[in-house]
Amino acid sequence: MSADSGNRNTNTEPWGSFDDNLIQGSSSAVVDMENMDDTSGSSFEDMGEMHQRMKEEEEVAAEAAAAEDDTSEDGEFLGMKGIKGQLGRQVADEVWKAGKQQASRAFNLYANIDILRPYFDVEPVQVRSRLIESMIPVRMINFPQKIAGELYGPLMLVFTLVAILLHGMKTSGTVIREGTLMGTAIGTCFGYWLGVSSFIYFLAYLVNAQITMLQTLSLLGYGLFGHCIVLLITYNIHFHFLFYILWLLLGGLSTLRMVAALLSRAVGQTPRLLLCGTLAFLHMLFLLYLHFAYHKIVEGLLDSLEGPNMAPMQRVARDVPELTLNATAKSLGVLLKAH
Amino acid sequence: MAASEEASRPFAGLSEVSISEDIPVEGDISVPMSSSRRDDEFSTLDEPVKETILRDLRAVGNKFIHVLYPKRSSALLRDWDLWGPLLLCVTLALLLQGGAADSDDQGGPQFAEVFVIIWFGSIVITLNSKLLGGTISFFQSLCVLGYCIMPLTAAMVVCRIVLVGGSGTVSFAVRLMVVTASFGWSTFASTAFLADSQPPNRKALVVYPVFLFYFVIGWMILTFSPSQ
Repeated sequence: MSADSGNRNTNTEPWGSFDDNLIQGSSSAVVDMENMDDTSGSSFEDMGEMHQRMKEEEEVAAEAAAAEDDTSEDGEFLGMKGIKGQLGRQVADEVWKAGKQQASRAFNLYANIDILRPYFDVEPVQVRSRLIESMIPVRMINFPQKIAGELYGPLMLVFTLVAILLHGMKTSGTVIREGTLMGTAIGTCFGYWLGVSSFIYFLAYLVNAQITMLQTLSLLGYGLFGHCIVLLITYNIHFHFLFYILWLLLGGLSTLRMVAALLSRAVGQTPRLLLCGTLAFLHMLFLLYLHFAYHKIVEGLLDSLEGPNMAPMQRVARDVPELTLNATAKSLGVLLKAH
Repeated sequence: MAASEEASRPFAGLSEVSISEDIPVEGDISVPMSSSRRDDEFSTLDEPVKETILRDLRAVGNKFIHVLYPKRSSALLRDWDLWGPLLLCVTLALLLQGGAADSDDQGGPQFAEVFVIIWFGSIVITLNSKLLGGTISFFQSLCVLGYCIMPLTAAMVVCRIVLVGGSGTVSFAVRLMVVTASFGWSTFASTAFLADSQPPNRKALVVYPVFLFYFVIGWMILTFSPSQ
């Protein structure tokens, strides 16, 4: 290796030393990043990662050395003629190497997490107050309302909604062919959140409303708080009247809050009507869908239409009387009665 | 030319030395005490396979004890492994598998579903704690969350035994009590291990997804009923 290094520095000494310095510099930069990003300090995984990175760098260095050997031989062989192409090749090599390292760093998990970290910078008190505020419409539409751009609350609410939906699906005996309950629940919730947010953002862009994608996500995510409460209650107490009241009250309040926020940020009658009408329609309908798709209002209709022959239907609901509790709550009730 | 060669040579030599010798030095920086010392103690090349397996199993068992008695020790964090979580997860999934297996409806949890919930859930919790500024590393957190499923797995075993006796109100009461206790235990144990690595004002934000995670698993165990 020492002979190698002697050899490779004969022809291309500025490039050689530059190359070495570059590699050394990048390795120390990597170590700095490790120390900065991962403060746990004593984990084996970091050790392994560092080893791997070191190894990769060694390989890169070896490759570079080999390439340089080749080029230096070429240079000797071709004399001064080859020096131009050789320089070009080396520069291209450097650029490619630097690009590769940049790319691999961008794909690094820690780097990605650092990109997202500002959106998760909240205190428990803030989350609580935002949850409460999500149910309180503000009647101030002349001045743009403040919308917090934060993703912790929305994400947790979506996961909570997934759990509640899973519970509702299981207690209602939902059958989904060609898929799992959990996949459907996650797909529904995340699909609604991301899909409707994107759609509203697109509409807002069309009508020139002042709202960012992040704010849309946050607004709609906190709007799901009402859905969570309503579904949690009505999946356990099957009572239609109660559901409609809660739907109008809690669902309506959270929708109104979002509508008010959007109203204050859009200008003009038609844009406001379009934007807020779409949002209110989708949001209220989603709650209705979540309640009845995994519930049993359809079974009366199906019974009268098809009788017991319900096999070909996608979702088959159970026979449930008007007011029932699900299995868990029922046995709880029996338990309470027994004592 | 010769002078410049001399001038560039020391740098080249230095860089090579620093690359090849950097690794153990940085390893020591990253892992202060345990790794190099343990490597010196015994060589595991010529020991019987049985001893190797037994030693690993003993390490896993030790961590089980740590979960059962969650004092704030860092043993679970320092030597993390994923064997214990895998073992617990597979056991739980197999125990939950028998429910309504041959009937058509999907009320009973499937093996894959349990498996995915556990791993996907732990990964989400871990990412969340990293995003909130926790100082714990990815696999340490996975290890802790996986090991803390143990009370719930134990509850599942108890539930199956109780369900053999019958599925009346009394059996439900017993199951409810067992599952609630083990759910509380799991949450408490994982919080005890994870809370130290979090910024003190954000513990509630980290604990909530953990709570949700164990709640879903506990609820799956509670509503489990074997097929007739």
